[in-house]
Amino acid sequence: MKARVLLFARLRELAGTAQVEVEVGEGLPAQEVYRRVQEMFPALASCEIPVAFAVNARYVGPQHPVGEGDEVAIIPPVAGGG
Amino acid sequence: MLFRVTPQPLNVEESIKAVSHPSTGAVVVFLGVVRGHNLGRRVIQLHYEAYSEMAQKVMEELAQEAQERFGLKDVAILHRIGTLQVGDISLVVAVSSPHRKEAFRAGEWLVDCLKERLPIWKKEVFEGGEEWIEGTLPLTG
Repeated sequence: MKARVLLFARLRELAGTAQVEVEVGEGLPAQEVYRRVQEMFPALASCEIPVAFAVNARYVGPQHPVGEGDEVAIIPPVAGGG
Repeated sequence: MLFRVTPQPLNVEESIKAVSHPSTGAVVVFLGVVRGHNLGRRVIQLHYEAYSEMAQKVMEELAQEAQERFGLKDVAILHRIGTLQVGDISLVVAVSSPHRKEAFRAGEWLVDCLKERLPIWKKEVFEGGEEWIEGTLPLTG
């Protein structure tokens, strides 16, 4: 049971990849999914960038459950616009 | 309604046409433009990166909310990604309504919300270095 995790901007550069698969078993909270990604990429564990989460292209809270086949985006502070 | 996240230069005329209808009395257009100076340093270029699929959804949701709040006729939102030079247009927001007041208010409201919620990031390349500009952490949950 795997979910796809997307990394952007500074998180993507620190991990050296834009995408990674994480084992989620019967389901995990979004923030736990990110904790596992941080274990895979120590540079993410030490970077202290605050993050928000999106599951299947919608913002969710850190406790939102992630299941098989879900797409989880780890969203660092955004800066669109001008 | 017109929503787009694209590496191509943004077409302002197209956004105006998209929101212009016979019942429209006012069209307000906002252009976000790459500034030549930021945080006291000279900017050379910006690299924009997006979670495009989600950015498109956020545009649609916010446009719909703006339409309900301000009674807009129509909305167009375009965001450019990739490498932009100083003076390039990064964001176009065009709104139309029967009268100007609603259009001005809605335009400002929309731009504020887009800046806080669009999953789009920028890396600034300036004289002597480069840095990800970390703006707002979107509220969730």
